[in-house]
Amino acid sequence: MQRVKEKESGKKVRAGKKERLSGSEILIRSLIEENVNHIFGYPGGVVIPVFDTLYNLPRPKVVLCRHEQGAQHMADGYARASGKTGVCLVTSGPGATNLVTGIATSFMDSIPVVCITGQVARAAIGNDAFQEVDIIGITRPITKHSYLVRDVADLARTVKEAFYIASTGRPGPVLIDIPKDVFLSESEFEYPDTVDIPGFKPTEHGHIQQIKKAAEVMAQAKRPVLYVGGGCNSSNASAELTELAHKAGIPVTTTLLGLGAFPEDDPLSLGMLGMHGTWYANMAVNESDLLIAVGSRFDDRVTGKLDAFAPKASVIHIDVDPASISKNIKVDYPIVGNCKKVLKTLLPLTKKADTADWLNMIDHWKKTHPLKYKKGERVKPQYVIESIHKICGGDTVISTDVGQHQMFVALHYKFLKPRTLLTSGGLGTMGFGFPAAIGAALASPDKKVVAIIGDGGFQMTVQEVATAVSQRLNLIVAILNNGFLGMVRQWQELFFGKRYSHTCLEYTNPDFTKLVEAYGAKGMKVEKYDEVIPVLKKAMKVKNCPVFIDFHVDRHENVYPMIPPGQMATDIIE
Amino acid sequence: MRHTISLLVENKFGVQARIANLFSGKGYNMDSICVGETENPELSRMTIVTQGDDMVIEQIIKQLNRLINVIKVVDLTYEEHINRELALIKLSCTASTRSSIVQITDIFQAKIVDISPKTLSIEVTGGNKKVQACISMLQPFGIKEIARTGIVALKREYTGKSPDWSSSKMPA
Repeated sequence: MQRVKEKESGKKVRAGKKERLSGSEILIRSLIEENVNHIFGYPGGVVIPVFDTLYNLPRPKVVLCRHEQGAQHMADGYARASGKTGVCLVTSGPGATNLVTGIATSFMDSIPVVCITGQVARAAIGNDAFQEVDIIGITRPITKHSYLVRDVADLARTVKEAFYIASTGRPGPVLIDIPKDVFLSESEFEYPDTVDIPGFKPTEHGHIQQIKKAAEVMAQAKRPVLYVGGGCNSSNASAELTELAHKAGIPVTTTLLGLGAFPEDDPLSLGMLGMHGTWYANMAVNESDLLIAVGSRFDDRVTGKLDAFAPKASVIHIDVDPASISKNIKVDYPIVGNCKKVLKTLLPLTKKADTADWLNMIDHWKKTHPLKYKKGERVKPQYVIESIHKICGGDTVISTDVGQHQMFVALHYKFLKPRTLLTSGGLGTMGFGFPAAIGAALASPDKKVVAIIGDGGFQMTVQEVATAVSQRLNLIVAILNNGFLGMVRQWQELFFGKRYSHTCLEYTNPDFTKLVEAYGAKGMKVEKYDEVIPVLKKAMKVKNCPVFIDFHVDRHENVYPMIPPGQMATDIIE
Repeated sequence: MRHTISLLVENKFGVQARIANLFSGKGYNMDSICVGETENPELSRMTIVTQGDDMVIEQIIKQLNRLINVIKVVDLTYEEHINRELALIKLSCTASTRSSIVQITDIFQAKIVDISPKTLSIEVTGGNKKVQACISMLQPFGIKEIARTGIVALKREYTGKSPDWSSSKMPA
């Protein structure tokens, strides 16, 4: 692909000199214009022309996954870690349907990803052709928007719009479905500089009168709490948030996706709130007279019983998506806008609130109800996570799967920087953590990436070990192996009379060290307390090869604190 | 409460499906949906009649606004607006009932658009209540089939405060 290479080597071909290119060349050139460095993909019948265009091209680099679900999770992890839009490219039919779980994951957590799927030739659409599926129809409820490109002349503009929509306003996945013959037909290529989408004009700057009102209310509050969600991470509002909290003297609790937006070693930090949140975060929200929600959406895992959530508080809600405001609870001071921009406007108007008594009260709670766990004979998962924090430091990117280990990470790993936790919060996708870590490792080669996953979730995307090995990644995967689907087992223990129906994996689990070594990765095993730190140190020294550590942890450990489902903060079990 | 929501959408492939999908996926009620091209061939106007409490209606409007192909959403319920529906009603008819049916048709300013020895087809337009009343009046004759378009609506242009009709300046 000479023409693409020329562009690559810096010979800029600008407007005015239009070239005639094939659909697949236009696609790749458009991706280069969008500064795409990595495409997570898997070839197949109808996308052969695109992979042909990518053959021997230095950029974008194709990361060959081993299953399309892995590709979507990698693109998602890449986007979460870097803030850039992730890209995946797969074939029609089964290639496209394999993305679905991953797309839904990105949609629920508002992650910008552009998913490119091949489609059968235009004339064959609707004829039940080989590997044909209506992927636009299938993904309609789980994409922010989607396109079927029916004319090669629309392709460049479509890519431009897709990237714009995916990353602007409330981010989300956008799917582009491209028929095979569109890849092969030719058109003049000119990448548009701007987009004009009449139905998509997100409000970025909050309404100034509303912001002024919010500042007044905040100054008068006696027991305010900042309740911070993923919107603060995705809009990179961490610095503004931290300044605001300090200037006003307001304690901060974050949701699962908000972790990292506010440093957890700060005295104002309350850690995570919600079903498995800290005692003091939940109690602070319960007692607060003003809740300032920033980029969060009052999810049921946060609120529990809705009418008992923050019963004494009036609510300020800052969110870029108007539909998030007053969806679950009535908001008193809605502010629609990008969190970073709104906080920037709010900062100079902010006055110190009279919160000394409130902060004393919270300190007292922190002392009387700290996070705790008992040490036992078997290694405790909490101890492993604390050790990872100790050995790997604050800059490390952590990704998790879903379940008990995810909550242990949220509680016991102290996140200090934004975009250092990648986790599937909304959809709760098992199998996400490991491929997401691969995406993150490619996005930030200078950072250490640690995936903390369970033995159940690992086996859902275990095939991606081959991808991690082939990319020679600096990646540590900590498998917290308790031989159980731990979170389900915990619910069975607490709410289903200890009837452990189909949750025990122990007797059929493979030897994970042998398994990963068969792929060419490094495997290590930890069964005793005194092995945890030395093995982690050893793993940190390995370069250019993923290391998998099989931590055999206590199978009976439960995640506490816990607010049982549908109950209120005061029902919390410690 | 019933709400009439007017949408301006891009006249593109799949837009109706997106809107129908939103309603079914989120469990919103949809009494009727009506769509057609506007004065600008690139745009369509859609009228949706839906039901729900204030919080649900607020969500419906916000969720519709989130769709990229939706350009404008207006809840006409609290605004002065014109709404019309067209119904085609096919009913049994004999020589003895024909004149009564024609009489009812005249009262509703409806039209007879098809006739056969045993049936009559009537076209009636009007607001929802008028169409409903017409159907009720025709019911006793034996309705065989009904096809209704659903409501289309436009905002009234004259939105100034109503003049004080009780004032003596008004002509009698």
